[in-house]
Amino acid sequence: MPKLVIHQEKINDPKALTEICPFEAMEEKDGKVSINAACKMCRLCVKKGPAGAVEYVEDEKKETIDKSQWQGITVYVDHVDGEIHPVTYELIGKARELASKIKHPVYALFMGSQIEKKAEELLHYGVDKVFVYDYPQLDRFKIEPYTAVFEDFIKKQQPTAILTGATTVGRQLAPRVAARMRTGLTADCTILEMDENTDLSQIRPAFGGNIMAHILTPNNRPQMATVRYKVMNAPDRMETTHGKIIPCAIDEEKLKSNVDVLDIVMKEQEQFIESADVLVVAGRGVKKEEDLSMIQELADLLGGQIACTRPLAEAGWVDAKCQVGLSGRTVRPKLIITCGVSGAIQFIAGMNNSDCIVSINTDEKAAIFKTAHYCLVGDLYDIIPKLIEKIKAAKGA
Amino acid sequence: MDILVCIKQVPASNKVEVDPVTGVLLRNGADSKMNPYDLYALETALQIREHTGGIISVISMGPPQAKAVIREAFAMGADKGALLSDRRFGGADVLATSYTLAQGIQKMGNFDLILCGKQTTDGDTAQVGSEVSEWLNIPSVSNVRKITKVEKDGITIEMDLPNELEIAKVAYPCLLSADKDIFQPRLPSYVKKMKTKDREIKVYSLDDMGDKDESHYGLNGSPTQVKRIFPPESNDHREVWNDDGTVIADKLFHMISELKFI
Ligand SMILES: Cc1cc2nc3c(=O)[nH]c(=O)nc-3n(C[C@H](O)[C@H](O)[C@H](O)COP(=O)(O)OP(=O)(O)OC[C@H]3O[C@@H](n4cnc5c(N)ncnc54)[C@H](O)[C@@H]3O)c2cc1C
Ligand SMILES: Nc1ncnc2c1ncn2[C@@H]1O[C@H](COP(=O)(O)O)[C@@H](O)[C@H]1O
Repeated sequence: MPKLVIHQEKINDPKALTEICPFEAMEEKDGKVSINAACKMCRLCVKKGPAGAVEYVEDEKKETIDKSQWQGITVYVDHVDGEIHPVTYELIGKARELASKIKHPVYALFMGSQIEKKAEELLHYGVDKVFVYDYPQLDRFKIEPYTAVFEDFIKKQQPTAILTGATTVGRQLAPRVAARMRTGLTADCTILEMDENTDLSQIRPAFGGNIMAHILTPNNRPQMATVRYKVMNAPDRMETTHGKIIPCAIDEEKLKSNVDVLDIVMKEQEQFIESADVLVVAGRGVKKEEDLSMIQELADLLGGQIACTRPLAEAGWVDAKCQVGLSGRTVRPKLIITCGVSGAIQFIAGMNNSDCIVSINTDEKAAIFKTAHYCLVGDLYDIIPKLIEKIKAAKGA
Repeated sequence: MDILVCIKQVPASNKVEVDPVTGVLLRNGADSKMNPYDLYALETALQIREHTGGIISVISMGPPQAKAVIREAFAMGADKGALLSDRRFGGADVLATSYTLAQGIQKMGNFDLILCGKQTTDGDTAQVGSEVSEWLNIPSVSNVRKITKVEKDGITIEMDLPNELEIAKVAYPCLLSADKDIFQPRLPSYVKKMKTKDREIKVYSLDDMGDKDESHYGLNGSPTQVKRIFPPESNDHREVWNDDGTVIADKLFHMISELKFI
């Protein structure tokens, strides 16, 4: 197991060395530095500490797998009752890009009940093969049978990488499959790139979005990643179809479950901020709950929706489902206008892919201006009413 | 009923910043707290126990300081606690973390119900629970927003899906990941805190685990490797409008009209 070896004699200032560790994993006692269980092996102490003080010792190489035995990039087809979630198409687009780099095929894995017709649709997006497991037992998502099907597919097809949408189902299924295959899984990737040697570069925000981490799964296959909806670009639907549908069979013994679905209740049809083309975001610069009506009015005039930062959701001013950010939703509208938002990194992480970002803030040093395309230094209470008036006048004319 | 809750100690503030020049992580404040999402899982356990009776255990994996969150769980009403702590657990990714937890859980005993939080505020993957259930070979459900019935042979829950709610009965033993807002977590009680201040917390190291193969733990048992970390990019293509409000409103109006939003 690789480890960190401390050379006490090379340490002049033990305190300074322990301070480098962001995880408090280094302790100093009687002038001696040691490493405790909090160590995350980030190796900052190796890099930033006095030369040679902390050494990273790798041990003999692990047994290596034959990567050439693992071919193809698979997208899990996320659906409820055959209704395919659009994140699936976004991932197919990404998979095609990754696969072309290493000349691998793109697969889709579709499991459910009476879904064969729906599988056709996937062929409009450039999938080489759609593997379909169609069984009544797979009618609703249940962890054991879905995992069993996934395992069956992986063992037979040996894909090098698997992309899953970070949906309610994907977030439960992907980890379970990863554990069964004893492989790595990187959650909520925002950037994916393929290396020549078929290693998938998985980049995601870490430590609450303050930094980005570049993650590899170099010694295991398949490599698994989840991606949130609206992070990747959706490919255009082609008129013609391409690829073929492959019906698959599995031993029905494996489709048993200890989860018994008793009922399904439709929720009231909600408008999700993810689907809005225009978002007007209220931040703490909005002083009173009543003032939200102004934000709402602007959103309505632009045919958009209102969204908010975390403090407003926590205060109960705006529904938590409208919160943008790391612990909220990832959005990618054509136009986003932030009003009185400071631009904390956790917020930025949820909206920085938007096409056009307009930010209103009184503080010209606000962090949001690092991300905005249009930085409006001013008071939202001044600008927004004037803008509303102008739009109304234009619409009335 | 034997219930186990998985709780993690996380930094109290997530405001780590990266020094743009040196690339070093800057931390402000060393305080730690219980992962806020785990409070909901613990509260769920407490609520269930009020109906069924039984024992609530908590488990945590982390450095020795993480005992603090187990004490906090005692002060909220948990009965037993164990900490999995060993330098060799360090650097664990989701697979190794969940494996270590599963090993520790098997060491602690048999549980009817295991509860996890939705996600941690530092790891932030929302994956550990589901992987633990795989290692234990028990069914699991995430996004549990309501418990509707607790019976002898299983528990009925509501799973939150984007457009619908699914009501399902899950047979014991099983693992559930509780959503935020399933119940309002209670505050730790001072009386309970005093009463439990000497209560034993079992600490298990790798040598106590059923599987003692070091290669399954910590960094070595982690298939994912962090190649590098870097600060997020900032955007260079930007226009600053520093003007009178009327002028800005006017410019904005023209800009969004041109883009055909009006
Ligand atoms: C783990 C973690 C996850 C998080 N997840 C999220 C998340 O998902 N989403 C999220 O939003 N936050 C999240 N946060 C919180 C985040 O760090 C910030 O605290 C939050 O985004 C700040 O919200 P704000 O910009 O509305 O408020 P503030 O930071 O208070 O900013 C208000 C801004 O308004 C400006 N202002 C004041 N008055 C006016 C005026 N009249 N006109 C114009 N401008 C004005 C001020 O200059 C200031 O910049 C998270 C934090 C952590 C630790
Ligand atoms: N080190 C740990 N110790 C105990 N429980 C943990 C640990 N890490 C994660 N968990 C549990 O798994 C849930 C999901 O964590 P994560 O996958 O890190 O977002 C948490 O809410 C905890 O219930």
